[in-house]
Amino acid sequence: MGVNDFSIQVATVNGSGSQSANAVLLRSLFQMGIPVSGKNLFPSNIAGLPTWYTIRASAEGFVARKKEVDLLVAMNAESAREDVAGLRPGAVVVYDEPLGLASLRDDLAALGVPFDAIVRTVTGDARLSKLLRNMAYVGVVAQLLGIELAEVERAIERQFPGKKKAVELNVAAARAGHAHAAGKRFAAGALRAERMDANRGKIVIDGNTAAALGAIFGGFAMVAWYPITPSSSLTEALIHYARKLRIGPDGKASFAVVQAEDELAAAGMVVGAGWAGARAMTATSGPGVSLMSEFAGLAYFAEIPAVIWDVQRVGPSTGLPTRTAQGDLLSTAYLSHGDTRHLLLIPGSVEECFTMAGQALDLAERFQTPVFVLSDLDLGMNVWMSDPFPYPERPLDRGKVLSREALEKLGSFARYADVDGDGVGWRTLPGTDHPAAAYFTRGTGHDERARYSERPDDWEKNLQRIARKIDGARAATPQPELSGSGARVGILSAGTSRWAVEESRVQLRREQGLETDHLRVRAFPFADAVREFVAAHDRVYVVDQNRDGQLGQLLRLELPVELLPRLRPVAHVTGLPLDARSLTDEIAGRENPS
Amino acid sequence: MSEAARAAAPRTNRLGLALADYKGAKTTLCAGCGHNAISERVLDAFFEMGIAPERVAKLSGIGCSSKSPAYFMGRSHAFNAVHGRMPSVATGAVLANRRLLALGVSGDGDTASIGLGQFGHLMRRNLPMIYLVEDNGVYGLTKGQFSATADAGSTLKTGVVNELPAIDTCALAIQLGASFVGRSFSGDKKQLSAMLKAAVAHRGTAMLDVISPCVTFNDHQGSTKSYGYMKDHDEPLHEISFVPSFEEIDVEYAAGASVDVRMHDGSHLRLRKLEEDYDPRDKARALSRIAESHGRGEVLTGVLWVDPDAPTFLDLLELPEEPLATLPAERLRPPREALAAVLEEFR
Ligand SMILES: Cc1ncc(C[n+]2csc(CCOP(=O)(O)OP(=O)(O)O)c2C)c(N)n1
Ligand code: SF4
Ligand SMILES: [Mg+2]
Repeated sequence: MGVNDFSIQVATVNGSGSQSANAVLLRSLFQMGIPVSGKNLFPSNIAGLPTWYTIRASAEGFVARKKEVDLLVAMNAESAREDVAGLRPGAVVVYDEPLGLASLRDDLAALGVPFDAIVRTVTGDARLSKLLRNMAYVGVVAQLLGIELAEVERAIERQFPGKKKAVELNVAAARAGHAHAAGKRFAAGALRAERMDANRGKIVIDGNTAAALGAIFGGFAMVAWYPITPSSSLTEALIHYARKLRIGPDGKASFAVVQAEDELAAAGMVVGAGWAGARAMTATSGPGVSLMSEFAGLAYFAEIPAVIWDVQRVGPSTGLPTRTAQGDLLSTAYLSHGDTRHLLLIPGSVEECFTMAGQALDLAERFQTPVFVLSDLDLGMNVWMSDPFPYPERPLDRGKVLSREALEKLGSFARYADVDGDGVGWRTLPGTDHPAAAYFTRGTGHDERARYSERPDDWEKNLQRIARKIDGARAATPQPELSGSGARVGILSAGTSRWAVEESRVQLRREQGLETDHLRVRAFPFADAVREFVAAHDRVYVVDQNRDGQLGQLLRLELPVELLPRLRPVAHVTGLPLDARSLTDEIAGRENPS
Repeated sequence: MSEAARAAAPRTNRLGLALADYKGAKTTLCAGCGHNAISERVLDAFFEMGIAPERVAKLSGIGCSSKSPAYFMGRSHAFNAVHGRMPSVATGAVLANRRLLALGVSGDGDTASIGLGQFGHLMRRNLPMIYLVEDNGVYGLTKGQFSATADAGSTLKTGVVNELPAIDTCALAIQLGASFVGRSFSGDKKQLSAMLKAAVAHRGTAMLDVISPCVTFNDHQGSTKSYGYMKDHDEPLHEISFVPSFEEIDVEYAAGASVDVRMHDGSHLRLRKLEEDYDPRDKARALSRIAESHGRGEVLTGVLWVDPDAPTFLDLLELPEEPLATLPAERLRPPREALAAVLEEFR
């Protein structure tokens, strides 16, 4: 806590138009070269319920949610008292003066601001002033923390491109707030923003938009979807950018979009398109994945490419639709009845949302199987700093497809024969103009030539081949990422948990003198490196953002039994992104039982 | 070729293919099952229309009916999907490759019970495909329970009475947007053949509900989907003949007594009226006539509704002529500069 190391929480009412103000605040810090991250904690509601936005500045580049709030902007009467009660001693609170929060606690630095009066100097329009109050708090916070007003103004211009009137009004409101707080900088104590140079070349983007761009540059050709938070913005971004980037010179789209009647149909459309040879995908969240279960089994068994993004939210059931979790690991890994095992890719950054979107399409076609990409709400809907995404250098992998010419030479083919020893058969696409091209795709038992079969040997052979195929995919999926070496204590994580883990490792070292290594899993079935990591550490803390420690449970199902006693589940699910402090306290407590 | 050799050579269609090129595997359905007769009519129609089997994608759900694509046109790709969800699979396949001629085969349970939702949305999209309901009023494959097309008052072999009203898939399809809707009977060779050929020529969704008796579970007294019931209650609206676009029209056309529908591909559907004023291009009339037929206990057959030029789902999508499935990589991945440019937005 101090220079370029603080978290701001803005508490407002959903629908009051504070998003723009929060984005401006975040961008102002970003433009000052300070590493910054933002998280929107919003309700499942269009307007009226409390909502919070947290911005974290961290010179060290930590981007996980910070458990303690250093500066609270309290604009919402409904949540203000509880928000203030939860602050650490010494925190700063800027509040809308009529809320009268100063008397609540005497261990805080509280500053009441007459936002209505400030905004009245900018406009007489009641509707506008409601919105401009938000930009006024940006001005106040900028003054208190020393955020440069010029950067605030630049961020406002960017926020309202081409809207001269809006820019003028918002700049005026920010200036008025800034002026009002002049001379009050002492209230912020040690909290201060100072120009750095850590953000050169960086972009700021949310994971869903990154995934959409990844699919566009990864060669998707069809998307079918049914809206559900937090995945809708992925498909919406896909549609938006594909219309800019994937229209040919003939004015024709190199992709199709279908808003399906439900997730069941979305999955069916993706499977149908994948069967017919188009790179097809859908994006959904837990409830949608549940509906897709039967199709997942069909695609697994009939060996059809499909890409399913699961932007996870809190379940079971409707759960907390606007809060984050990683609770679909188990359900997707073995989705559907009978023997199944699916490829999962687990992005841990916006850059990986981009790269894995293309990889998923490649892997699905290469292994002729559904590929699930497990993002989460925190990654998908919040903005993150990143290096610009690398252009995909590898050509599209279209997998084993026999052309008419190939059939001409071969004379015939057996769809499910393991001719290459990797368990992956050759397929033909419907419409291939050769009398031997056709085969019969089915979810029922079949032999190598795709003929209906109930023979025990056919069944067993076929299913074992599919198992070999999926197992072989482990080497082709993104490998785990290791940080640290030689420590006795290991930490295993997947997805967004990595940000809290990386910060927690620093805390454990500084506060406890405890060295740890970290392995970040990026795909399922697990690469060999996962087993090796567990084998190389005495104790391995497995970090999960769900109740039952699902990553740990998956490891229990897949690792040799002698390694299991080393696993120590650390599972949290509150709906909020995981923070380092909770992890550090738990691991330290278990390493040094008092 | 000598006269004798020519006479002995199998008859071929305009592609030079023989009927044998349209055969499938041997059926495993019950002898006498209506579905088998429909399979015969289907392969005949594709043969007669001179459609290359390689261009056809056969899609089905689950049921005895949905198995039948295995028993015709073995040179066509086929996809036997999951119960009630064939419409979504067909939609994906057609979007991936618009040159495919998609033929969906479903049952009354597959369509009107578990699959009613997807069926409705398929009709609404008017996706270019043929959709056949092989309608026997029961779930054949699970041994004869009532389906949602069973008429109120009809009975199972066990004597159980169906108390609920039937879903009329034709009325639904017309209401929801399918552009070619008809009902026929597996036993009416001539009518069904003509309707299937017209369906092949049609450009939007052609939905045909074909009464197809289940000899094992629903062909008894008390069933309204039996051969016997159809013999007494089949009420054809017209006598149908179909003249494909590649043939000369030589059938005499008597205006007034017939309706001539010019299909989008230039073929002609000739309907010699058996009912004075029925014109299948009048949607409201079609719906009211269907409703009437229910009141009278008749099974109204024929082309109930057709709009040959209705826009299809593909028309809405601005797709290129070349199938999405086979677009070259350079159409699927924008160039390097495009990525650099779009990332600028996020700086
Ligand atoms: C999800 C699911 N539920 C139930 C079944 C069992 N089942 C198989 S076929 C069928 C009914 C088929 O009836 P219909 O579509 O009328 O076909 P028919 O056999 O009469 O031709 C049922 C209920 C299934 N395969 N899948
Ligand atoms: S059970 Fe009925 S529907 Fe199934 S094959 Fe036999 S006759 Fe046909
Ligand atoms: Mg049936």
